Amino acid sequence: MQLESKVPAGSIEEKWDNHRFDVRLVNPANKRKYEIIVVGTGLAGASAAATLAQLGYNVNVFTYHDSARRAHSIAAQGGINAAKNYQNDGDSIYRLFYDTVKGGDYRSREANVYRLAQVSVEIIDQATAQGVPFAREYGGLLDNRSFGGAQVSRTFYARGQTGQQLLLGAYQALEQQVHRGPVQLHTRAEMLDLVVHDGRAVGIIARDLVTGEITRHSAHAVVLATGGYSNVFFLSTNAKASNASAIWRAHRRGALFANPCFTQIHPTCIPPSDEFQSKLTLMSESLRNDGRIWVPQEAGERRPANDIPAAERDYFLERRYPAFGNLVPRDVASRTAKKVVDQNRGVGPLENGVYLDFHDAIARLGRDTIEARYGNLFEIYERITDEDPYRVPMRIYPAPHYTMGGLWVDYNLESTIPGLYVIGEANFSDHGANRLGASALMQGLADGYFVLPYTIGDYLADYLSTDPVGTDEPAFADTEAEVRTQIDRLLSVKGTRTVDWFHRELGKLVWDFCGMERSAEGLEQAMSEIPSLKEEFWKDVRILGSNESLNQSLEKAGRVADYFDLAELMCRDALHRDESCGAHFRVEYQSGEGEAMRRDDDYSYVAAWEYTGDAADPRLHREELDFEYVQLAQRSYK
Amino acid sequence: MTTTAKPAAGQKPKRRLPFPIEFYRSDIGKKWVMAVTGIVLLGYVLVHMIGNLHLYEGPAQINEYGEALRDLGGHLAPRTFVLWVLRLGLIAAFGLHIHAAYAVSRKSLASSGPSYRARDYVIANYASRTMRWTGIIITLFLVWHLADLTWGVEPAASGEFFRGDVYGNVVASFERWPVAILYIVANLALGLHIYHGAWSLFQTLGVNNPRFNSWRRNFAAGFAAVIVIGNVSFPVMVLTGVVS
Amino acid sequence: MRITLEVWRQDNSAAPGAFKTYDVPDITPDMSFLEMLDIVNDRLVESGEEPIAFEHDCREGICGSCGLMINGQAHGPQLGTATCQLHMRKFRDGDHIVVEPWRARAFPVLRDLVVDRSPLDRIIEAGGYITVPTGSAPDANLIPVPRDVAETAMDAAACIGCGACIAACPNSAAQLFTAAKLAHLNLLPQGQPERWDRTVAMVEEMEQWFGACTNHGECEAACPKSISIDFIAMMNADYVKALRYNRRKAGQHA
Ligand SMILES: Cc1cc2nc3c(=O)[nH]c(=O)nc-3n(C[C@H](O)[C@H](O)[C@H](O)COP(=O)(O)OP(=O)(O)OC[C@H]3O[C@@H](n4cnc5c(N)ncnc54)[C@H](O)[C@@H]3O)c2cc1C
Ligand code: HEM
Ligand code: HEM
Ligand code: SF4
Ligand code: F3S
Ligand code: FES
Repeated sequence: MQLESKVPAGSIEEKWDNHRFDVRLVNPANKRKYEIIVVGTGLAGASAAATLAQLGYNVNVFTYHDSARRAHSIAAQGGINAAKNYQNDGDSIYRLFYDTVKGGDYRSREANVYRLAQVSVEIIDQATAQGVPFAREYGGLLDNRSFGGAQVSRTFYARGQTGQQLLLGAYQALEQQVHRGPVQLHTRAEMLDLVVHDGRAVGIIARDLVTGEITRHSAHAVVLATGGYSNVFFLSTNAKASNASAIWRAHRRGALFANPCFTQIHPTCIPPSDEFQSKLTLMSESLRNDGRIWVPQEAGERRPANDIPAAERDYFLERRYPAFGNLVPRDVASRTAKKVVDQNRGVGPLENGVYLDFHDAIARLGRDTIEARYGNLFEIYERITDEDPYRVPMRIYPAPHYTMGGLWVDYNLESTIPGLYVIGEANFSDHGANRLGASALMQGLADGYFVLPYTIGDYLADYLSTDPVGTDEPAFADTEAEVRTQIDRLLSVKGTRTVDWFHRELGKLVWDFCGMERSAEGLEQAMSEIPSLKEEFWKDVRILGSNESLNQSLEKAGRVADYFDLAELMCRDALHRDESCGAHFRVEYQSGEGEAMRRDDDYSYVAAWEYTGDAADPRLHREELDFEYVQLAQRSYK
Repeated sequence: MTTTAKPAAGQKPKRRLPFPIEFYRSDIGKKWVMAVTGIVLLGYVLVHMIGNLHLYEGPAQINEYGEALRDLGGHLAPRTFVLWVLRLGLIAAFGLHIHAAYAVSRKSLASSGPSYRARDYVIANYASRTMRWTGIIITLFLVWHLADLTWGVEPAASGEFFRGDVYGNVVASFERWPVAILYIVANLALGLHIYHGAWSLFQTLGVNNPRFNSWRRNFAAGFAAVIVIGNVSFPVMVLTGVVS
Repeated sequence: MRITLEVWRQDNSAAPGAFKTYDVPDITPDMSFLEMLDIVNDRLVESGEEPIAFEHDCREGICGSCGLMINGQAHGPQLGTATCQLHMRKFRDGDHIVVEPWRARAFPVLRDLVVDRSPLDRIIEAGGYITVPTGSAPDANLIPVPRDVAETAMDAAACIGCGACIAACPNSAAQLFTAAKLAHLNLLPQGQPERWDRTVAMVEEMEQWFGACTNHGECEAACPKSISIDFIAMMNADYVKALRYNRRKAGQHA
């Protein structure tokens, strides 16, 4: 199989415009003859479905949530980037493009990233018009802040609830289309498999989470907007239900999975307080703008934070990276934090954190300013830890947060299965080996509002006045049968251990060996342990109840079952990539002072894995990346 | 998922009716009517209470006051004409207020599910939760009250009821201690009703402003207090023989 | 800590439900309430009893999935807190805790503590949006919005759609949820063109499903985002204006 990125010709500034001119259009009268399935109602899914419906297509939307508004996007706190340059501080589309490629450590596709920077501007206009209450200056104009790794203020935000407000905007647009008619919204409906009929994606198999009813749905094209897979680590900042099953099922049906090992660890999360912890809570990275990160100089220091004199504190980020200080990119901040904790200078009851201290900021700006900026974050923190961050420094530690990897897509966001489009965090697209803060919301909305609705027309044009493949076709029957066997298998194990137990065990493995730091032998060990854990799962998992009812253990079990295979692929990918880049840090490849060492000559490509059956090993395909506009350089934040 | 929830009210016809009817069909509209009629009723009970203070000036004055009421409008209007206009207004207010109250209460009962095993109210106070009951008590009281002091029908009215002798009627009536108790209880109920009502009506009418919200509470409490103290004083004074 | 749980169990919306009591030893004050339920569920599964179904997702008070009536208070005893943000340290050792699903005619129980809240989406569908076809928006800074207005709109927009206001309301009224969305959109200049139609449409849809507000104020106390009932007053004022004035002149009556 040859990977065709389908990047249009022309200079980078012109590519998108040329492409929009070149793609075939479907005339308005014909659009209503098309059926499109969108799975997912996060920023990407909701914005895409709403826009497609506005254009006139018939859209069937699926989400396992009880309402489209609950998608995990709702949790995004910090903000969304856009090259508006409202602050007149030298930002531009080109700079956002440049920063994103650089921040991604040169493992992303230039043309996609440039397009992302281009449409970022329209996203803010769109959201504001929808009534998203972005923060404003006294003059009534939009406010911005600078965000992890960026040296310009280009981040728009709505208190600490940017994702919520953006999602509500998209959700409201979606509900309007439900009201108008073109959108059919299926809530509490989980996609369990993709239906492929002579090489094309033609529909999905879904399960009604209340009645357990399994149904077939066909369409001219299928769009997956199902989010990321950080929950493979069990403990992550993602919503509990976020999962990889939709994209994993598509992968098994022929969609290549790109850069699975590029998983981002977020530096500012609240460290676990006990082993029952079910989820890690993110403290928006914007906190790093005013908070100072430190640990005691002495290992095993036991005094409470405020009793440790300044002289005995180690502001390790400011020390190591004078230029960027506490604002170094996520991967750098995370790894450095891990280092100091490994030197057992970690703080907190489990000695598993570092301090994020606002004492100086409060002294400098006053409590009110800090409260205005971070009030609700401080509140979240106090709720969870019972400590008051205005007085006691916060404790933070890195946690799995975002997955740059995902299904491989070309410039049109189409996967290697014709008719299957993948948008948002679910695809591998624009962030390379590391995502900059406030860029995921931007990408999800860019894909959904401004890219997919155009590019999908080019594919649909071929199927004008053909009906969707009938759900009585063998393709549907067979896929449904497979889904049912999987469910029956799970229910028939009747073992002794809960689903969560296996999920935790798997999570520990992946976190230890394929987390912040990876090593060849660690990865090999993981790859030998994961299959045996999987085997045990299928022998010993205990799922009570039946399929014909609301059965949350059964839902979880299906998702965890897929994580085993995904975890293995992550390790395989991490092992094959003999370099350190972005979030992927291989201990074997670091400079003297422990900086990541990229190997551009051998590894500046996208690793796209093809599923070749449960027995066989996946096959690697490479999409070579060439950089015409951004010249490769070792990142340096010194 | 095919939703299992069903609307409480049936689908409304699309055709729009004239504003007042259209408005009164909605719960918010009914609440507006309750608020407005509520204000009328508040006004009435206040004026009525003050007027009744003439009792303390003695028979002549209060009976004169009763006369004055009937003579309202002087020689311009037929005798008791103006009074009847006011009465009709009052009857209308009561009627609307009660109908709206009945309708919203029915709607809410129809909309609420099984009650909770444990229930721990945070803000909702005793007054707000008993509006329906205090309302009913007031209605029943009113029937008795009219029979007692306006129409003079026994057993509500005392044996020696004499139309026009307001003073005598009141004293005679309250000297029967069960009746006095009934008046006291009814007016306490009214007090509760007003305590929530006179606060609530601002919210209903949308005149709600952080600047005077705290003041609203005091207003309602004060209003209720004045009415209760004033009205309860009469039976008490008669029972204790201060007025006889 | 050791507590006693009294939980509503119900197989499906058709089946009758009943309370079941569980003795829950060995839990820590640092656990969240939902983590406590996770543990109860693990123990139930081990003992062969089906786990308690309850909704949750973000576990940080933003998605609005979670929602339990805990000892007669929606989202439990801590003000301005969603169930998932509630920690066991708010309870005392030996406490008896009653856990019930949201109750309202429009919220049928699907299983155990899971209810169907889709009528809230119906209310949004009726008009809880600003019509802007993708791509048709003017520059974001074309219309300045006074900071205080934007802030108040944000206060209202903070609603997470959990339904606690309805669960807590003695009338099962959805006033706070609806008023919050109306205020969010009706306050902003962008929301003015559809303001009056939106108000009528959403109020009428709301009244199809839910009870009538008599200003108990219980909703505000239950709201995990402490959204103020002042917004309800605003809705009441807007609704009468919306019906009263000639729509062709509606713009004049903002
Ligand atoms: C705590 C936190 C904070 C963040 N903060 C920021 C930030 O400040 N700035 C930023 O840019 N990014 C941030 N991110 C990242 C960003 O929020 C996500 O990457 C982005 O929201 C993903 O959106 P999405 O639409 O791709 O997927 P999601 O929002 O995850 O939506 C997935 C949707 O797919 C549905 N779904 C999934 N699988 C199935 C299935 N099998 N069947 C049916 N439906 C399915 C789900 O129901 C859901 O509706 C943050 C992430 C986290 C975890
Ligand atoms: C002199 C007698 C009365 C006075 C002064 C009075 C006053 C009020 C006021 C001011 C309100 C608040 C209206 C609002 O918030 O919109 C109210 C509400 C109410 N009244 Fe009355 N009322 C009286 C009699 C009655 C009667 C006879 C009934 C019915 C049997 C009744 C039942 C109610 C009910 C159920 C409410 C709803 C609670 C609320 O909306 O806050 N009232 N009343
Ligand atoms: C202890 C308190 C009260 C006393 C002593 C009292 C006394 C009287 C008297 C003497 C009359 C007859 C007047 C006349 O016929 O000239 C009267 C009439 C009336 N009272 Fe009261 N009253 C009291 C409380 C109330 C209350 C609480 C209400 C309302 C809820 C009320 C409503 C009325 C009405 C509607 C009439 C008829 C007025 C009319 O004839 O037009 N009264 N009252
Ligand atoms: S108003 Fe408050 S309680 Fe009601 S749904 Fe919104 S957040 Fe929940
Ligand atoms: S509690 Fe209910 S009565 Fe109104 S003020 Fe809140 S909706
Ligand atoms: S689980 Fe999301 S708000 Fe509680």
